[in-house]
Amino acid sequence: MRILLLMLAPLGVFGLLFLALPLVRLVLASTEGEAGAALYLEVLTNPRYLAALRDTVLVSAAVTVAALAVSTTAALLLSRHRFPGRQPLIAALTFPLALPGVVVGFMIILLAGRQGLLNTVSRELLGTRAVFAYSLTGLFLGYLYFSIPRVLLTVMAAAEKLDPALEEAARSLGAPPFAVLRDVILPGLAPALIASGAIAFATAMGAFGTAFTLATDIDVLAMVIYTEFTLSANIATAAALSVVLGIVTWALLLLARSLAGDTVAAGG
Amino acid sequence: MRSRPIFALQLGVTLLAAAFLIVPAVMSILAGVTENYFRGLSSGLTLKWVGEVWRLYADSIWLSLRIALACLLLTLVIGVPAAWALTKLRGPLARAIEEVVALPVAIPGLALALALLQLYGGFSEFRLSWLFILVGHVLYTLPFMIRAVMAVFAVIDLEAMEESAASLGATPWQRFWTVAVPNAVPGILAGSLTVVTLSVGEFNLTWMLHTPLTKTLPVGLADSYASMRLEIASAYTLVFFVMIAPLLAAMQLAAARAGRVQ
Repeated sequence: MRILLLMLAPLGVFGLLFLALPLVRLVLASTEGEAGAALYLEVLTNPRYLAALRDTVLVSAAVTVAALAVSTTAALLLSRHRFPGRQPLIAALTFPLALPGVVVGFMIILLAGRQGLLNTVSRELLGTRAVFAYSLTGLFLGYLYFSIPRVLLTVMAAAEKLDPALEEAARSLGAPPFAVLRDVILPGLAPALIASGAIAFATAMGAFGTAFTLATDIDVLAMVIYTEFTLSANIATAAALSVVLGIVTWALLLLARSLAGDTVAAGG
Repeated sequence: MRSRPIFALQLGVTLLAAAFLIVPAVMSILAGVTENYFRGLSSGLTLKWVGEVWRLYADSIWLSLRIALACLLLTLVIGVPAAWALTKLRGPLARAIEEVVALPVAIPGLALALALLQLYGGFSEFRLSWLFILVGHVLYTLPFMIRAVMAVFAVIDLEAMEESAASLGATPWQRFWTVAVPNAVPGILAGSLTVVTLSVGEFNLTWMLHTPLTKTLPVGLADSYASMRLEIASAYTLVFFVMIAPLLAAMQLAAARAGRVQ
């Protein structure tokens, strides 16, 4: 028993000094403004913050749905079929795993920015501008960019564990492909879909680097916290918003885990 | 029988997604070695932008490597013994500790950075040194190390092995070093690669924690995206890709090996 305590000691010291105490300090800081604890009420009724919260939730939800749709389609293809070029395709679909949000933002600028590929092609062919990197659409694309690999890896691992005999049975009983997908495949994948969807949603909620690269005037929660802290030196509000964002994200992941079991792939 | 149109649709979506991910990365690599991006590849290939990046940002690149290695060292020293103890402890207490340690994965980096700044912002010596960033990185990467090592302990029969070692007279301390650690190597390796990769690319915490004298690679990247010409920003991204690619490849290899252990 004593050896276990000894082995846990470094973790305990580090966790206390740099996780527990700072988080307590953050919560205290959020109530040290003029409004005290009523600041939370103010923050949650302020139209600007509410709009930011709404946009953050909407874009995160949209990303989650899109990433699930795209990645499940790809995962079913890649786990069921062996064809030449399959490995390079998997590599192409998973390499953004290690890219930080700032780099993802830059990728979106190259794709849909002022000097981006889409704008160049569109100007040449159609004579119209196609610039949507510096908006919520750009942010959506950016979050989609780093969500696809994470969702794909989790769903692919789950798809490989599905029992093909169940699908065969459904098909031999005359179920059309869509019914097989709806009644057999998707229910089988449900834990993986919930888990990876929750990770995608939580990551998008808290992501900061991508929004930072694309534009500082996209009002998502992370950007609002950042501007409140650095530009307005409004520390209590920034702290309160951080606490709200932290609790929402953490609770969501907890909920997803209790629904799906512990199959969540690494976040980030 | 699988119908052809469905297969074609699946393949179409998959290829489109792959193109969406890979095309901008290829563009950025090309832009980093092109003489003039607006005139295109016909303006010629050059390494001068990469050289320029090195002149401007070598310090940030070295700092990132130093932080990543220090971060690896600390996560090993803190994480491996903790993973062992948590595996043996089991029960609700162990799960509660795990849950708390994993908080930095769930809480957005911005909030964590604010928390650290609130508590330690006043200690200027600490605040201004690279150690402040290091603390943030350890905080964020530690759960990944602990999880990777615990995953290996969960699938090998650690208890039986340690019991036989104990029956031969090995002390707990000896069992940790001669039984647990050697058997955890695949997990330690996978965890180490994850830690280094995440540390080298970490931005959300680092942007808040850095000072003008402690800029890491991703902070420099953000700086170059905001204020440098496209070729330099691209060349810097290329440097980052080159650094991260071997790590990523090694990570997949290690994950495959750790998977085989299971």
